[in-house]
Amino acid sequence: MSPRKWDKVATTVLYMISVFIIAVLAFLLLYILISGLPHVTWHFITGRSSSFAAGGGIGIQLFNSLYLLILSMLISIPLSLGAGIYLSEYAPKNWLTDLIRNMIEILSSLPSVVVGLFGFLVFSINMKLGFSILSGALALTVFNLPLLTRKVEDSLQAVHYTQREAGYALGLSRWETVIHVVVPSALPGILTGMILGAGRVFGEAAALIYTAGQSSPPLDFTNWNPTYIASPLNPLRSAETLAVHIWKINSEGIIPDASAVSAGASAILILFVLLFNFAARYFGNKLYRHLTGARERG
Amino acid sequence: MKKKWFSLFILPMATIILAGCSFKQTGQSITAVGSSALQPLVEAAGDEFTKENAGEFINVQGGGSGTGLSQIQTGSVEIGNSDLYASQKSGIDASKLVDHKVAVVGVTPVINRKIPIKNLSTTQLAKIFSGDITNWQQLGGPNQEIVVINRAQGSGTRDTFERWVMKGRSAVQAQEQDSTGMVRQIVATTPGAISYMAFPYVDKTVKTVNVDGVTPTAKHVTTNQWQIWSYEHMYTNGKPTGLTARFMDYILSDAIQNKVVATMGYIPVKDMKVSRSLQGKVVQLSHEK
Amino acid sequence: MKNDDIRASLMKRSRAAKNERFGKTLTGLCILIIITVVVSIFFFVASKGLATFFTNKVNLWKFLTGTIWNPGATDAQGNPQVGALPMIVGSFAVTFLAAIVATPFAIGAAVFMTEISPKIGRKVLQPVIELLVGIPSVVYGFIGLSVVVPFVRRTFGGSGFGILSGTFVLFVMILPTVTSMTIDALNSVPRNYREASLALGATRWQTIYKVVLRASTSGIITAIVFGMSRAFGEALAVQMVIGNAMLLPGNLISPASTLTSVLTMGMGNSVMGSLSNNALWSLALLLLIMPLIFNIIIRKIAKKGAIR
Repeated sequence: MSPRKWDKVATTVLYMISVFIIAVLAFLLLYILISGLPHVTWHFITGRSSSFAAGGGIGIQLFNSLYLLILSMLISIPLSLGAGIYLSEYAPKNWLTDLIRNMIEILSSLPSVVVGLFGFLVFSINMKLGFSILSGALALTVFNLPLLTRKVEDSLQAVHYTQREAGYALGLSRWETVIHVVVPSALPGILTGMILGAGRVFGEAAALIYTAGQSSPPLDFTNWNPTYIASPLNPLRSAETLAVHIWKINSEGIIPDASAVSAGASAILILFVLLFNFAARYFGNKLYRHLTGARERG
Repeated sequence: MKKKWFSLFILPMATIILAGCSFKQTGQSITAVGSSALQPLVEAAGDEFTKENAGEFINVQGGGSGTGLSQIQTGSVEIGNSDLYASQKSGIDASKLVDHKVAVVGVTPVINRKIPIKNLSTTQLAKIFSGDITNWQQLGGPNQEIVVINRAQGSGTRDTFERWVMKGRSAVQAQEQDSTGMVRQIVATTPGAISYMAFPYVDKTVKTVNVDGVTPTAKHVTTNQWQIWSYEHMYTNGKPTGLTARFMDYILSDAIQNKVVATMGYIPVKDMKVSRSLQGKVVQLSHEK
Repeated sequence: MKNDDIRASLMKRSRAAKNERFGKTLTGLCILIIITVVVSIFFFVASKGLATFFTNKVNLWKFLTGTIWNPGATDAQGNPQVGALPMIVGSFAVTFLAAIVATPFAIGAAVFMTEISPKIGRKVLQPVIELLVGIPSVVYGFIGLSVVVPFVRRTFGGSGFGILSGTFVLFVMILPTVTSMTIDALNSVPRNYREASLALGATRWQTIYKVVLRASTSGIITAIVFGMSRAFGEALAVQMVIGNAMLLPGNLISPASTLTSVLTMGMGNSVMGSLSNNALWSLALLLLIMPLIFNIIIRKIAKKGAIR
């Protein structure tokens, strides 16, 4: 066959692969949404969950998921950004750096149940945080840091060295170059990493079962003083997230409508991940334009 | 410039660390950890309790009987839930723990709905689970391979089942699942499947079988005609005090025992006509009420 | 006097140098925190996992090659039965199979997105891949249980639970990770490589195959290894479809088990400090060490294959 024909064949194959991946996702999404959306009502989204009768909602779980997401991203984004910058811009190229990089990579493949137990023994028991949102957020940080750090480092590495040289030529220090030149142009990549990380946080169950816990005491949405035990903002209350709730009612729940609740909760979870994705993309583009003055990213 | 970075990095962390350390919350709470089978019951009771006592919370966590017992032993929680007697678990020093039997739960064999078998003897069951009988035909059913689904080692339900059915025979290496929900779903969808589960979890997707002609009902459990049952324990480290004591009283009160416990499919302890010791000795109880 | 001023201003750190030091310290602090976390987890898992061998005196070789896992019981000689081989084999089988199936798809999709149609790639495929990551593993597990397992049962026989179902589920789960990392690898190939190749009269496919993929080999291999580590550590979803029978897998459709599935199942049911609990931590230690080993091996291979 001539190279030109090969080119055509390969292009077709690549198109097919892409279509296949889209089809897989479409199937997954449709499956989740079709089996879940019929159960979603306003009462379901805002209502309180029930431990044995039918007709429970997922209101508190949804709030917990969002709160936990914000809290854990608040800790892990600055940390991973700093660590990624150090690894990419400052770390000397030697065996120690390689070892650190390797260790971080290994950590990211740690089963989340081990992270959960580590968090349970260290945060919940040794640091006396108990089953709480805070220990959940810390466990999720441990769980997420490796991936985020790696992603930040990769995105920074992908920025061409001429950009850095241009920065130095303008008389900027290395640090100034990093934050004014390198980080802004690596932002789309970093942002993708953050979205992926947020998605993982939102869907994680195993690491939270032992840390944030699986009970959802009734909240008092009129009292936002974080020191009150029933306040939604209290970081020391135990908080069951949406993903944990799905896991729980499927594994040990005795509510009669377990499958309906779990399908509905999965649908809501997916919708939120979708929403979050699009929002992050939109604001990311805006931020990128704002920081670099480029019209389109890429 | 510096400030911007400072606030971006340090402030959130500082706030969180401060929040974690120097923070006295108002209100009171206790934590109960352990058996996932007991979790819905305690959770429901905790909800009712909080409704009546505002600002007092019962945190109920699962994690398995093993977790419950090791946590109550180290004193990091107030209540440890368990399906087993504490002394049955290796590594637990039961002498310091105080046992509160809050309910009784029956365990029944369940099979896939398509298998037209209504009754099995204890010996037949034992042979199925030890791998001596492998086809439903050997029991008068259709020519269909038996798919045994076991629970994870150390699970309270498995322990109860093996104690009263297997009687010392070791189980065949087969599929194991660590939660009743999974077992139910697999038995419902896999042709020829057999497993066992606690009464509260049985629904119309699976079929229960009689054992030695006795139907698996709460009534038969109370008289020990249905032998596969166990107590649900809530352990405290020493005699309970304060909120823990009040909650233990509450969960044993008639209101909870009659309303919540019975509706969920558990059997209230005071309904039992017999009591059974750790060693399996059965004593008739006389209720004078 | 004037000289002193100049001298003083020269000796003093400039604003930029201070800034520089501040930045370096700040980021260095972050990496220190992460290193602390990593080291403490390693230490934590190792201290618990090694207790099986030091406190409970289990023979390491027997642990790795034994085929019977029953930590509650002892064999005829009174040794605890903790043979992890079935789980090790199961874990490796699902990991390698999933990686083998996922690699062509991941590379294909990545090439499509970077070389063929960046526009469709960015607008459609990128969000699709990010969404796939966002689907929680519990949901993957239940779709696996209600779609993949019956499918395998009907098509290949058996109960449907087994390595094959695990492979299918893991394939979808690691696809986004491998793809998005491959995209990064392809993007880091400098533009002038492609232009040089096209200028020599190569077709697009020749450019992709002979230049772009070659130049990014080590990046792609890293992506695959990363995906494999993911697969190795995935617990909830695999546990739901693999059947969890601690038997040496004879074929792809009989129930098997992985290190993670046994770990997740047993953790809650054993008492901390007891042998059965320590044995589970030894499995966790294995989970930490295994990816480390194949990381090193594949890094060596990648160094040989890459063009510099």
